[in-house]
Amino acid sequence: MIGVTHYVALSFLLFTIGVTGVLVRRNLLTVLMSIELILNAANLNLIAFSRQLGDLNGQLFAVFVITLAAGEAAIGLAIIISMYRLKGSVNLDDVAELKG
Amino acid sequence: MKAAAILFWIPVFPLIGFLVNGLLYLAAHSKLGGKDAPKGPHGHGDDNAHAHEGASGGAGGGHDSHDDHGHGDHEEIPFAGVHSVIGPAACALSFLASLLAIAAWWGETHGHESIVATLWTWMPIGENATWFGAKAIAVDAAFRIDALSALMLFFVTLIGTLIHVYSVGYMGHDPGYGRYFSYLNLFMFAMLTLVLGANLPVLFVGWEGVGLCSYLLIGFYWTKTWVADAGKKAFVVNRIGDFGFVLGIFGCFALFGTTDFDRMFALAAADPGRYAAGGLLTAVCLALFIGACGKSAQIPLYVWLPDAMAGPTPVSALIHAATMVTAGVYMVARCNIFFRISHVWAVESANGHPTTGWLLTHDASFVVAVIGGATAFFAATMGLTQNDIKKVLAYSTVSQLGYMFLGCGALAFSAGMFHVFTHSWFKACLFLGAGSVIHALSGEQDMTKMGGLRKLIPHTFLTMFVATIAIAGVPPFAGFFSKDAILGETYAAGYKVLWGFAILTAGLTAFYMFRLMRMTFFGTFRGTPEQLKHVHESPASMTVPLYVLAAGAAFTGFLGIPKFILGSENAVEKFLEPIFAKLPAAFVLEPHELPHSTEWMLLGTSVLVAVFGIALGWSLYSGAFPFAIPSRIAASLGGLYRLVRDKYRVDELYEAVFVNGLIKKGGRFLWEIDARVVDLIPNGAAGLALGLSNVSSWFDRTFVDGAVNGVGNVFQAAFRGMHRVQTGRAQNYALTMAVGIFGFVCLYLLLK
Amino acid sequence: MTAPFFFWFFAAVVVFGAVGVVAMRQPVHSALFLLLSFFGVAALFITLNAEFLAAVQVLVYAGGIMVLFLFTIMLVNIRRTAGQPFVHTQAGAGLLAGILLLAIVGGTVVASSRVRGLSDAGAAADPARLASTSITRNVTEVVNGKKVSTPVTEEVAGNSQAIAWGLYRDYLLPFEIASVFLLVAMIGAVVLGKRTMERVD
Repeated sequence: MIGVTHYVALSFLLFTIGVTGVLVRRNLLTVLMSIELILNAANLNLIAFSRQLGDLNGQLFAVFVITLAAGEAAIGLAIIISMYRLKGSVNLDDVAELKG
Repeated sequence: MKAAAILFWIPVFPLIGFLVNGLLYLAAHSKLGGKDAPKGPHGHGDDNAHAHEGASGGAGGGHDSHDDHGHGDHEEIPFAGVHSVIGPAACALSFLASLLAIAAWWGETHGHESIVATLWTWMPIGENATWFGAKAIAVDAAFRIDALSALMLFFVTLIGTLIHVYSVGYMGHDPGYGRYFSYLNLFMFAMLTLVLGANLPVLFVGWEGVGLCSYLLIGFYWTKTWVADAGKKAFVVNRIGDFGFVLGIFGCFALFGTTDFDRMFALAAADPGRYAAGGLLTAVCLALFIGACGKSAQIPLYVWLPDAMAGPTPVSALIHAATMVTAGVYMVARCNIFFRISHVWAVESANGHPTTGWLLTHDASFVVAVIGGATAFFAATMGLTQNDIKKVLAYSTVSQLGYMFLGCGALAFSAGMFHVFTHSWFKACLFLGAGSVIHALSGEQDMTKMGGLRKLIPHTFLTMFVATIAIAGVPPFAGFFSKDAILGETYAAGYKVLWGFAILTAGLTAFYMFRLMRMTFFGTFRGTPEQLKHVHESPASMTVPLYVLAAGAAFTGFLGIPKFILGSENAVEKFLEPIFAKLPAAFVLEPHELPHSTEWMLLGTSVLVAVFGIALGWSLYSGAFPFAIPSRIAASLGGLYRLVRDKYRVDELYEAVFVNGLIKKGGRFLWEIDARVVDLIPNGAAGLALGLSNVSSWFDRTFVDGAVNGVGNVFQAAFRGMHRVQTGRAQNYALTMAVGIFGFVCLYLLLK
Repeated sequence: MTAPFFFWFFAAVVVFGAVGVVAMRQPVHSALFLLLSFFGVAALFITLNAEFLAAVQVLVYAGGIMVLFLFTIMLVNIRRTAGQPFVHTQAGAGLLAGILLLAIVGGTVVASSRVRGLSDAGAAADPARLASTSITRNVTEVVNGKKVSTPVTEEVAGNSQAIAWGLYRDYLLPFEIASVFLLVAMIGAVVLGKRTMERVD
């Protein structure tokens, strides 16, 4: 039977892939996309547990998560745009302004 | 009257005379400024190199100013009359008091004991002393009369009085007349204190006093630099001797616990071995003898006496012929028991086989004899070449003093004292005679400029001639007996080499004395016509003492006729016998008995030598100056002659070694020590402070600042490595976060 | 819950898509793979009886966010970065970290689910408790001075209504705040996206 465990495991796998992508990729856009993956993983987790516990709060929370993800994606992309205009690239290595 | 009561007055009369004369002089001259500056002496002829012309002549009798101003300077000397009376009178009173005292003493003790008059306790040391083992070593101010001091008293006061009288005529026109007599009286006071002293400290007071007066009187004409220098030289050389004398006094204190003659000699006589052991007594004797060398002008401290001729001639007569210089002999004779003990101890500790070196280090009397003999010979050789009449007499004095010490060194103290006695007569006569000659020639002292004065100043000539024969040792005059006594004792004591030198010296003495006579009184006059015009005999005040002294020179010898002729002890020996305290049997010396034949032979030898010397002196110096044979001898001896004439350059040696070497360079050396070593202390302290401050600042820089900077540096170094963490890249930070999460989860699992 | 096949199939799609996002060189490819992944997740939502959310997922994520991404990718001139290595310098470390994280967290989860016997027994035992068909609310009343929450169960017509009732009744304030947030995000994006104005006289 497919239990909540499977979903949780899947969400963690997804989360891990997303984290890896954040850590590994050089391109800022790809990094953002990896962050979306992480959020999706979280959503999956929430929904799975909501189903399992019969509590709607999980789904409601997931709605908010999606909302926030959208807003955050918008801001992030706007930042990328302005960074691109400033630096001429979307390479994370080039954004080391706080290098100490 | 008791002798003790009179003793006090003997020195006090001259003391009063000194005070009166001195105060009067000061009173007279205090307002007069430079009027009393002493004029020059009677000419400067210290050695043949400087024949200093005397002043141009005075004229008339009694004219003794002898200054360069000539005759016209006829200043009235204030209080001249008073001085003329008080001065000699003080001395004459002292003489009378001496006679009285001697008579009283003789009456009380018949000459066998001493009488001591204690005046007050001078140094009450030790009664409550808590140091030096609390020995009571009280010193009294005490006078003593015994045979020895009676003898000295007699001729010191008598000859002193005669010289005072003579000075009235001689110094009559000297502006420093009052000063002269006050000094002369002071000298008599000091000399009598010396003679009458009952213990070594009081004797030393007199000793120092005569030294002071010698300085004052030698430097009488102190405005001339060389005169002042002569006075200083006398005082300083004397002082060197005094140092030894003081050490001797300390030694006596240490050995005996007292310096009173009676007590010391009693202790020494009671247990001689204890004091002689280890050479302690010898050391004391030698120390005392050093003092005698200084005072009595023996080697090496004789150099002051020839220079002392810078003083007025009566001073030379009194101080440097008759009295002061004999003080050394007197002191040695006084301490005869020490020398005798030392001698016996030295001989015994050498087991009867002493060598010269041994004797020199262990026998004080031997040292005395050797030095005395050496001085006698040495000085006589120097007297041969002098041209200044006073210098000849000065060296003669040194030589005769050597004779006296020779006698004392041979433990013939009565012979030595007898020679003191006779010598004072004829030497005083000679000096006063020389003064008379100088006075007659208006200040000339150079014999090469004299001659043929025999008929011109007959009294002077006659008296001087008598004295000359006496000193030459021709019988039956005084010098013969006293010299022969010494020579005989020296030979008998076994000092044959010294006897040889002494005999030679006798010959030399005769030679140079007759050379003097010849050059002065015989032949043709070699001076200036001006001097010749003014030649005059001395006044009665000068000639009468001359005659008295000449009589003494002639006849006093009979007091000391040798034993082998007389058959028994002569008067002097008998008189002085109580001086020589009895020693225990172990320390008694066998009196040296020579076979009569030897004695006659010795006597004959000395007469022969004397006659030979006279003949030589007479013949060599006949004719005109420059004398042929002596000049040839002098020329042929060349360097040796010059060496002797220059007094063996001893003065130059002393100058180089002591004055320049020791004092100047030594002073410089001490200054260097002070600058380098002593100043090292403050400089070193400063350097140390500087060094410490450097260390402190280094410490501050290194550690304190280092700590502060180090902290900063540590942080800097730490963060230099760590700043790479801040790459500024978000992904690195994300990685860090992931690793952190991982770590936390592990932690959670572990803790669960 | 549902037929295992659907789960496994859509799980594979999701994972495939996620891996593709991370591994692609070109951002456009990553974006497309992300889109795929989104669709997979939406399908999984449906399998979990959250139909409304699946729709929202598709609409918002796939339709909005991905469009934004694609627009941005177009705007950013990618060609310039073509020559550079596409992985970060810390790629190795990152990969390692990811694997480790997966391992440890996954292991934890599995272990804990086994321990606690977590299963969907609760849901299977009580179909009435499915969230899509009924919701249970806590009604808070003040009884005797004390707040008392009593659960009240109501029938709903499907997941949408359930969410609607939850969103607009219980979580109205967070909903409004989310709206404001979206407004702020929009303004921010507009401001950030503005070009530096050249003065036009």
